Amino acid sequence: MSTTEYSHGDVSVPSGQQFVTIQASPEFAELRRKLRRFVFPMTALFLAWYATYVLLGAFAHDFMAIKVFGNINVGLLIGLGQFLTTFIITGLYVRFAHRELDPRAEAIRSKLDGQAS
Amino acid sequence: MKPLAAGHETIGNPVANIAIFAVFVLITLYVVIRASQRNATATEFFTADRAFSGPQNGIAIAGDYLSAASFLGIAGAIAVYGYDGFLYSIGFLVAWLVALLLVAELIRNTGKFTMADVLSFRLRQRPVRLVAAASTLTVSLFYLLAQMAGAGGLVALLLNVKGRLGESIVIAVVGVLMIVYVLVGGMKGTTWVQIIKAVLLILGAAAMTVMVLAKFGMNFSDILGSAQSAVSHATTKGVASRNVLAPGAQYGGSMTSKINLLSLALALVLGTAGLPHVLMRFYTVPTAKEARRSVVWAIGLIGAFYLFTLALGYGAAAMVGPDRILRAPGGQNSAAPLLAFQLGGVVLLGIISAVAFATILAVVAGLTITASTSFAHDIYASLIKDHKVTEREQVRVSRITAVVLGVFGIALGILANGQNVAFLVALAFAIAASANLPTILYSLYWRRFNTRGALWSMYGGLISTIVLIIFSPAVSGAKTAMIPSADFAWFPLSNPGIVSIPLAFILGIVGTLSSPDRGDPERNAEMEVRSLTGIGAEKAVVTH
Repeated sequence: MSTTEYSHGDVSVPSGQQFVTIQASPEFAELRRKLRRFVFPMTALFLAWYATYVLLGAFAHDFMAIKVFGNINVGLLIGLGQFLTTFIITGLYVRFAHRELDPRAEAIRSKLDGQAS
Repeated sequence: MKPLAAGHETIGNPVANIAIFAVFVLITLYVVIRASQRNATATEFFTADRAFSGPQNGIAIAGDYLSAASFLGIAGAIAVYGYDGFLYSIGFLVAWLVALLLVAELIRNTGKFTMADVLSFRLRQRPVRLVAAASTLTVSLFYLLAQMAGAGGLVALLLNVKGRLGESIVIAVVGVLMIVYVLVGGMKGTTWVQIIKAVLLILGAAAMTVMVLAKFGMNFSDILGSAQSAVSHATTKGVASRNVLAPGAQYGGSMTSKINLLSLALALVLGTAGLPHVLMRFYTVPTAKEARRSVVWAIGLIGAFYLFTLALGYGAAAMVGPDRILRAPGGQNSAAPLLAFQLGGVVLLGIISAVAFATILAVVAGLTITASTSFAHDIYASLIKDHKVTEREQVRVSRITAVVLGVFGIALGILANGQNVAFLVALAFAIAASANLPTILYSLYWRRFNTRGALWSMYGGLISTIVLIIFSPAVSGAKTAMIPSADFAWFPLSNPGIVSIPLAFILGIVGTLSSPDRGDPERNAEMEVRSLTGIGAEKAVVTH
């Protein structure tokens, strides 16, 4: 880690102009684009899937009650499916952030540190 | 051991229950005192020096989030209504994806102590901080009140403490313990209480789940079958006719109740990432990456816990039966304790009761530190003293606030004891989703967003949610209302989210676009760069 430990939040903060420069840099634009391209569609996806589930739960009782095996019915499987997708999306995001976001953020931070010293 | 019978008897052995609970209190007090040798600076007191690891914080988040309402309430709802209780728990889980993907890391990078730090970062400080603090205090107070009032009912069931006086004393004890944890322990002590409680709660639920499954030869389908047949043989007609394996038993009736369900689902899924006491937990870790790990741990633990409640709820229906659950003093909330007694006798019941108490205690402590931090940091230091105040002074004010809040909570809890306040938790989520979440998202992701947008959205969300709930069937005009004798309800839904959440999002857009204010470009750049890269973020303090 290139960050130095400072006590009590007394961190060295770049100037406003430096922030504007970083914001305008291609590296930062790339980081922002990567983040948004992942989190926005993923959020839309899981919200739509959750909405589908809730709507089925509210309006399609008969469909949800169809038995699949034993006493396990469609509703239970879709409900457990919500757990499964939540865990999967969590895993996908962690992998994505580790591979795509962390190195880019780290690069921007160390570039700034290099300028400072 | 006295057999379980219907009526006024309590179950198990109250002395054992109290003893096990006392052991929990002693252990946590010891840990709190040990953990809080230094609590002088604001960073120490409010954020535990940002020194917790991701997994530790994740466990604490689960401890904060899995309130008595989720443990006793959801297991009970599944036992009595079946599938609809399960539907409820899924909203609480999926909500964490909003926190993980959109909020946690960026908040950690941008804020210092409170939610208002983030919201007022690039907007006009004073008005935005004021409304953010108002919303924080409102959400925390409603949530606190629900927990405190619930404590009274739980006591009747578990400790054989009867009558208003006895229950009031227990509420006061919970309140005093909560004040002590917060005063002595600060954020560090409170976090340790939550970690201990979360471990106990999840292990307890896991053990009971294994025992239930073992009784049915590890066959979940058989549990479902027995649960349905137990419900079908219930003496009450309304209960016996329920199909507990499919949705609809609780929210299935009229169109209104279906829309009510949608409204609740919306508030649950969008509320979590706007709960101030959840947001504040992200400041206890050193980096955004640790904040991410915290949420991952929280999702794993909370998800596992809700899967356990599924087995416990249906298990309680199958093994205890809806008749005995509904006749017990706590009504459907007693499903999990009754099941514990059935499975493991006095000892298991005592453990589960102690865990339920610990749950209330840990959650109220977390709420109190959030509210008192917000008061000291946002209102006292920023608005009243215009930042001309030492950190030591902020901590002092926060401690005083915690005592005041605790006393206030005890008084309100005693007054609300026996009232139907179950809607308060859902209300807290609805306010968080409408007053907080739109402004959090806009200020993190929308560069054009400005002060007017924030004020319109936050005041609009806060006021519309409260007004709609006052004029809803949750407060008046229904048998189950808080004031059943009066009827001034004109809003048909007891969950206002489906109106107030879209309204707050729209008000944020309209307010922003109707104002020429584009903010300070340097401040806007600073917030965006900080939030995504962690440059200039508050660091962990080096421990000596």
